[in-house]
Amino acid sequence: MISTKRRVFLKGTLAAGTVGVAVGAGLLAPSKLLAAWPSEAFGAEGLANAMEAVTGSSDIADGDVTLSAPEIAENGAVVPVSVESSLDNVTEMAVFVELNNLPLVAHYVLGDGAHANVSGRIRMGESSNVIAAVKSGDTWYKTVQEVKVTVGGCGG
Amino acid sequence: MSIRVRAQESNGVINIRALMSHDMLVPDDDGGPHFIETVEVARNGNTAITANWNYTVSRNPFLQVEIDGSAGDTVSISWTDNKGESDSTEVEVR
Repeated sequence: MISTKRRVFLKGTLAAGTVGVAVGAGLLAPSKLLAAWPSEAFGAEGLANAMEAVTGSSDIADGDVTLSAPEIAENGAVVPVSVESSLDNVTEMAVFVELNNLPLVAHYVLGDGAHANVSGRIRMGESSNVIAAVKSGDTWYKTVQEVKVTVGGCGG
Repeated sequence: MSIRVRAQESNGVINIRALMSHDMLVPDDDGGPHFIETVEVARNGNTAITANWNYTVSRNPFLQVEIDGSAGDTVSISWTDNKGESDSTEVEVR
């Protein structure tokens, strides 16, 4: 607990060097720095390209990431997906569907006090592996689960 | 447009569930793609989680997250879509 807070504090101190000046001057809202929609990652075709755009690598290690999704989804338009991790200092989370035309479905940026536990509903065009990835410190970890889709839900 | 939010605190953690009304049109739909790109979850005015979405998030999106906090805090949910439309709402944590 103490080490986690210390880490956040150190990160904040380092970032304050350049960005802090602009924030302090009221030129930038802090949230906006992290909130820019990553168009390159969302437009990336193919799982390897999408993962590389988000994480910097298409080959990230399996780790302590829990992905909850149905084994069989009768309706690909609404597939409930939850991602959770007990790793320390999680700052980003992402969900990919390998065989969707655009694999990156969602990307989450976690600030102070946010827990690594996010749920939503996604579209899947066909049966596919679903990949959940979590960034802990400077390292990304992932887990993979196959979801069989009876009726696809992307409409294109 | 509307956002329905429930925010309940238990043991210092606020469980937030939000249901946003939005058609989330894919490129093949008339008028598509038209989808929520970004959702911000804030507590007492400070952003806690930013969600970035593709059009492959389901229609009328649901989002559940957990953040540290207390009953009586204010939680706000704000979204912006790719055509610049937006919606926002806030609730008191129970």
